[in-house]
Amino acid sequence: MAKQDRMSGNEAVAYAMKQINPDVMGAFPITPSTEIPQYYSEYIADGEVDTEFITVESEHSAMASVIGSSAAGARSVTATSSCGLAYMWELLYVAASMRLPITMAVVNRALTGPININNDHSDSMGARDSGWIQIYAETNQEVYDNFIQAIPISERMRLPIMVCQDGFITSHGVSNIELLDDEEVRDFVGEYEPEHFLLNSEEPYAVGPYGISAYYMEAKRAQAQSMKDSMAVIMDVANEFKELTGRDYGFFEEYMMGDAEVALVVIGSSAGTGKEAVDRLRGEGKKVGLIKLRVFRPFPRKPLAYAMCKVKAVAVMDKAESFSNSGGPLFNEARSSLYDLPNKPFVINYIYGLGGRDITVEDFYEIYQDLFVIYRTDDPEDVYRYIGVRDSRYRYE
Amino acid sequence: MAREFKQITKASEITENISWQEITTGTEIYEPATSLLVQTGDWRVNKPVMVWDKCKQCLLCYPYCPDSSIPVSKDGKRLDFDYDHCKGCGICAEVCPFDAIEMKKEG
Amino acid sequence: MAGTHAVEIRWHGRGGQGAKTACLLLADAAFDSGKYVQGFPEYGPERQGAPITAYNRITESPCKVHSNIYKPDYVVVVDETLLSTVDVTAGLSEDGAIIINTEKKADELRPMLRGYKGQVCTLDAKRIAEENLGKNYPNTPMLAAVVKVSKVIEERKFVEDMKHSFEHKFHNKPSVVTGNMNALKQTLREVKVG
Repeated sequence: MAKQDRMSGNEAVAYAMKQINPDVMGAFPITPSTEIPQYYSEYIADGEVDTEFITVESEHSAMASVIGSSAAGARSVTATSSCGLAYMWELLYVAASMRLPITMAVVNRALTGPININNDHSDSMGARDSGWIQIYAETNQEVYDNFIQAIPISERMRLPIMVCQDGFITSHGVSNIELLDDEEVRDFVGEYEPEHFLLNSEEPYAVGPYGISAYYMEAKRAQAQSMKDSMAVIMDVANEFKELTGRDYGFFEEYMMGDAEVALVVIGSSAGTGKEAVDRLRGEGKKVGLIKLRVFRPFPRKPLAYAMCKVKAVAVMDKAESFSNSGGPLFNEARSSLYDLPNKPFVINYIYGLGGRDITVEDFYEIYQDLFVIYRTDDPEDVYRYIGVRDSRYRYE
Repeated sequence: MAREFKQITKASEITENISWQEITTGTEIYEPATSLLVQTGDWRVNKPVMVWDKCKQCLLCYPYCPDSSIPVSKDGKRLDFDYDHCKGCGICAEVCPFDAIEMKKEG
Repeated sequence: MAGTHAVEIRWHGRGGQGAKTACLLLADAAFDSGKYVQGFPEYGPERQGAPITAYNRITESPCKVHSNIYKPDYVVVVDETLLSTVDVTAGLSEDGAIIINTEKKADELRPMLRGYKGQVCTLDAKRIAEENLGKNYPNTPMLAAVVKVSKVIEERKFVEDMKHSFEHKFHNKPSVVTGNMNALKQTLREVKVG
C-alpha cells in the first residue's frame, strides 16, 4: 500500500536505497549530495540495511570501489555532485566499458569556477559521453521513482546509470511524496543475479583487459549498441512501474502539446515552473506546450523529433554552458534530430539557470512571447540566447 | 553481404577477424590462464640458455621470471625454459648467483 | 503566485538560528493537515550568522513551481537585527503580514519597514522559549505565530498534530513535550497583530 509522506530529494534517494538494500555503497561526501551517504550511514548504523559501506578518501576512489564491488558481483550504488563527478571522470568510462550496472545518484551542481555550490547541469552534461545512462527528475517523487527504476534498467542492460536531480531545488526542498512498501520495492528490483562475476569460484573470469587497436573499435561499437538497446529496456521498466504505481514514465513528458503552436524542451525541476507558465498562458487562450526530457542518454532522437514537429517554434533550454560557439548540449542534439524531417519547426536555444540563477514563471512567459514573435514573423533572428543574465546592451533592474 | 555471427565465449576464438557483434560483453574473458594461448616466445631477441653444470637448483631465477617461463618439477627442481613464452628479458641471468644462465643471440 | 490557493511564505534568519528548521516544521505541520507543501532553503555563503532565506508554498493541489518566492503573502523575521540590513518586505503583499521576533511594539518597528503598509505582527519568541523551554529555541513560537497569523492551518488541528509530533519526536523526554506545547499555546495567545 502506498504511503503518503513528505521528504527532501536527498531523503527520497536514501529512502529508496534503503528499500533496495544494495550490497555495497562506496561514497565520498560533497555538497549538495552529502546527505545521501549521511542518511544512508544512519540506516546502516541502525541495522536497517546490511549494505557494506566503503569509506574512501576521494570520489575517484568512490567510483573505483564500486567498480570493484560490481565486478565482484555485488549490487553497488554511490552518490556525488559537481567536482566530485568530475573527479570520477576517468573511472566513469571504465565502469561503462566494463558494462557494470552501477547506480549513481547525481545531485546536479555547477562546476568551479568561480566556485559555486548551487544547481546547474554542467557536471552531468560534461559526463554525457562517458557511456552512462542518464535520467533526470522534475520532482522529489520522480527522483524516488527514477532511482527504483534505475536498478532493473542498469542490471538488465549491464550499463551504469546516473539518476540526476537538481541540487538544493529538489535535493533540499521538502515536498509531498508517495512511497512504496519495502516489499513492493524489493519485488520490483528483484535479486541481483549476474551471469558472470569475479567471486564465482566456478568460473575464473577476467574483466577490463587491454584492448589493442585491433579490438578497441569493435568494443566501442558494441558498447554503443548497448546504449541503443537500452531504449526498449527503459520503456519495459517504465511499463512495469506504471502497473505497480499508476505513475507514467517515458523518455519525455509532453505537457499540453496536443494543439500547441509553440513549445519548450527542458530538463529537470524548471519544467515544473515552465508548466505553471503554460497553465497561465493557456488561461489567456495562448496555445503553448512543453516537453520535459527525462532520458538524455540514450538520446530519444526520433520520438523527440516527432514531438517537436507538432509546433512551429521550439525553445530548447540548456542549464549548462558548453563554450561551443554553437549552443548547449541539449539544443545541439534536439535540433540535429530534426534535420531529416521535411517540416521542421524553428528551434532556438536558451542558456539559463547557471550556478543557481533562479528561473521564474515570468521568465518562461518572456520565452513564450519570443516564440510567438518567431511564429508570426518566420524569423528566428538570434538562435543562441541567454535568459536571466544581466546584459549592458539591454536595460535591466 | 552480412555474414553469420555468434557471440564468442572462448578465448581461443578471439581473433583480429571478429566483428563487433561477436566480441564479448565488456571485452571480458570467461576462462583462466589465457596468456598460454599467446606465443610471446616469438618476441625474443636474446635467449637464455642453461649451463646445467653450474646450476645449484637454488631456484632464485624462478620467482624473478616475469612471464612464468621457468617450470619447476614436483620434486622442486627447475626444468629447462618454456621457450614458447619466454620473452628473453634476461632477468634470470642477471639474478643467478652462479652464472648458470647465459644470454645468447636468437637465431 | 502559484495557483489560485497558494500561500507563499518567506523566512529571514541567520545561519544557525533555525529559520530553515522552522520552515521545514511548517511544511510538516501543513502536510499533517492534508495540504500540498514545499519547504526549501536558499543557500548563499553558508556561514553561521550570514543572512539566510527559506521558503514555504502551501497549496490545495500539487504545486509545480520550483522558483524562489518574490511576492510572498507572509514574511517571517527570526532575527530583528536583519531589519536594518535586509529588505525583508520586498514584494510582500500588503494584504498579507510580516511577523517579527522582537520584544518591541509594531509601531516602533514600522519605520524600519521601508514604507510597508500591511499588518505588522510581533511576538517575543526568545522570552516565550526561555520561559517554557529554558533556552532560546525560537522555532516553536515562530511556527505557532505563522499559523496564527496566516491561518494556513486550522488552529485546533494544528495544536493536536503538533502534540502528536512532539510526543513522537521526544518520546523519551516528556518534559520537552510539555515545554514545547506550552510555548506553542502561549504564542497563539500572545502574538500581537498591529
